Amino acid sequence: MFIHRILATLIVSVVGISFVSPAAADGASAEMLSNTCLGCHGPGGISAGPATPTISGMSELYIIGAMLAYKYDNDEDKVDAVIEADAELVEDLEFFARTSTVMNRIAKGYSDAEIKTIAKHFSALPFEAAEQNLDAGQAKAGAKLHEAHCEKCHEDGGSLADDDAGVLAGQWVPYLQYTMADYVSGDRDMPKKMKKKMEEAHAASGDEAIRDLIQFYANQK
Amino acid sequence: MSKAIESKLANSNLSRRNFLKVASGTVAATSVGAGFPFIASAKNKRVVVVGGGVGGMIVAKYIAKGDSSVTVTVVEAKPDHHTCFMSNEVLGGGRDISTIKFGYGKLSDHGIKLVQDTVTMIDAEAHKVVTAGGTTLEFDRCVVSPGISLKFGAIDGYSEEAAEMMPHSWNAGKQTALLRKQLESMEDGGLVVITSPGNPFRCPPGPYERAAQIAHHLKHHKPKSKLLILDAKDKFSKQGLFMQGYKDVYGEMIEWVAGADTGGGVKRVDTKAMTISTDFDDYKVAVGNIIPPQQAAKIAHDSDLVDDTGWCPVDLGTFESKKHKDVHIIGDASIATGMPKSGYAASTQAKACAAAVVSLLQGKEAPVTSYANACYSLISPDYGISVVAVYKLAEDRSTIEKLAGGLTPMDATAEARKREVQYAYSWFNNMTAEMFG
Repeated sequence: MFIHRILATLIVSVVGISFVSPAAADGASAEMLSNTCLGCHGPGGISAGPATPTISGMSELYIIGAMLAYKYDNDEDKVDAVIEADAELVEDLEFFARTSTVMNRIAKGYSDAEIKTIAKHFSALPFEAAEQNLDAGQAKAGAKLHEAHCEKCHEDGGSLADDDAGVLAGQWVPYLQYTMADYVSGDRDMPKKMKKKMEEAHAASGDEAIRDLIQFYANQK
Repeated sequence: MSKAIESKLANSNLSRRNFLKVASGTVAATSVGAGFPFIASAKNKRVVVVGGGVGGMIVAKYIAKGDSSVTVTVVEAKPDHHTCFMSNEVLGGGRDISTIKFGYGKLSDHGIKLVQDTVTMIDAEAHKVVTAGGTTLEFDRCVVSPGISLKFGAIDGYSEEAAEMMPHSWNAGKQTALLRKQLESMEDGGLVVITSPGNPFRCPPGPYERAAQIAHHLKHHKPKSKLLILDAKDKFSKQGLFMQGYKDVYGEMIEWVAGADTGGGVKRVDTKAMTISTDFDDYKVAVGNIIPPQQAAKIAHDSDLVDDTGWCPVDLGTFESKKHKDVHIIGDASIATGMPKSGYAASTQAKACAAAVVSLLQGKEAPVTSYANACYSLISPDYGISVVAVYKLAEDRSTIEKLAGGLTPMDATAEARKREVQYAYSWFNNMTAEMFG
């Protein structure tokens, strides 16, 4: 009976060990690395706002692209060199320059491998829409604009991570305002297609187009 | 033992000795989370957390999350917590004090117990925490995050009583309200003095953000007034950015007097005459904010956790005391060489410590750690500056090494400075969500 108890303990503990996914042999675990982000990005990567974005539920590629741009200070050659050397990135990841206040300083603290680990971690966590006071009228106008100009790449109201275009639905309004302002000013890169669509939307509906689109995206639950 | 099991063990974290311990049932089996509750022994997994501030709340949460079989109890004297962060904005008038006040109601949602009492002794040998109210809490591991105590005696004429006339406001709450009230009642044309101590002290940029926030109030309500910072030091955190910001926003209103010119800081105050004195000058003040030199909180001293610097020496990976086993110290009270005494630093130390405690209670090695700091200072409602860093533990464990980081650029645009204020508010909302949510 005693032998059976030892065996049972043995088997259970061994089975327990095999369920443990170990950290890289000499590196910090995904959780350890990612938990240091939460003071600004919120518990579970869901931001309490008003401006720091929720990062959970973004696609892995989206987060990697952002962090590499920050880390290499928007040096296209450096980012492309990383992408080209990586079988997991080379087919799918494109460089886009981004602005930041602190992220370019922070991203330099991580190796490219750690950036991938962190991105994988946050991409697997659920996205939660922000609780915000919104303008229903503007959101309605924004819905029409989205349908006409944005839906092709930002499917399902910009709520899918899989299009690697960020999750817009339910993101914080100030953050969306900053990113849109940076696109318009040229401080942030967008795909040529997106530039064309933004210009279309502006031609059709003027300066309110962006405001209305932001209200639409933020209004998604 | 079968070959299959041998090879599994060889590839596992479990050493032979620990395996034997598990097999004979003396130590809880290694398990991640609530995998095998009938093996886990809750009696060996009691954690007491001393202090309900940044470090204490976050370490408690992350231990509870990391292993639901651990019993976590937080002991905190106050019924609610006022954060030091954003208290300067209360002084400046841009924020109501109610927004920096938080309760402990959500701890039970995480299965964490709360004892509202003052800890009088942490007996490391006996593995007991004793409170003023007579409660004794046994622990397997104790995490102490008690903050600081103020060395009133370092300044002639300063004391707890004197702080009612010349507040320090270096613990938030009543002192914040008091200093704000004094600023509101002050006549135009008066002199406000902030005294800033020598290193190390809690929140290196704090006194300088405070100067800006008070100047914000003065600029809009008492524009003939002046503000003097009397420093013990010859340089300070984010100095270039602050000095530029002071000039940009407040013109000549703020003057900083370096340690070389104060003779090493303020030596004497007279709260009846309302004067503050250095070796060279006496200043008659309308409002005096005395930030005295500091050390680890009293409980750390009483429990023999400090060295002769007055702060707590710890292992920089686990934060276990170098003086007493099974007791960890995090946050401002600890000697976390390489990291500043900031709220964000305390939060990442807490997370690293939590991971270590969870592993150690499971009979495993503490994990490889990662740390960060992110620190915002608000010069005005649309002018923010920051310093950030990412760290890891040095190979020889002698320091927490900075891997990268830096300050807001001196030539940041007005738009960037505006955004930094909004990101600072986000920092505040997310840090307090981590702590009290």
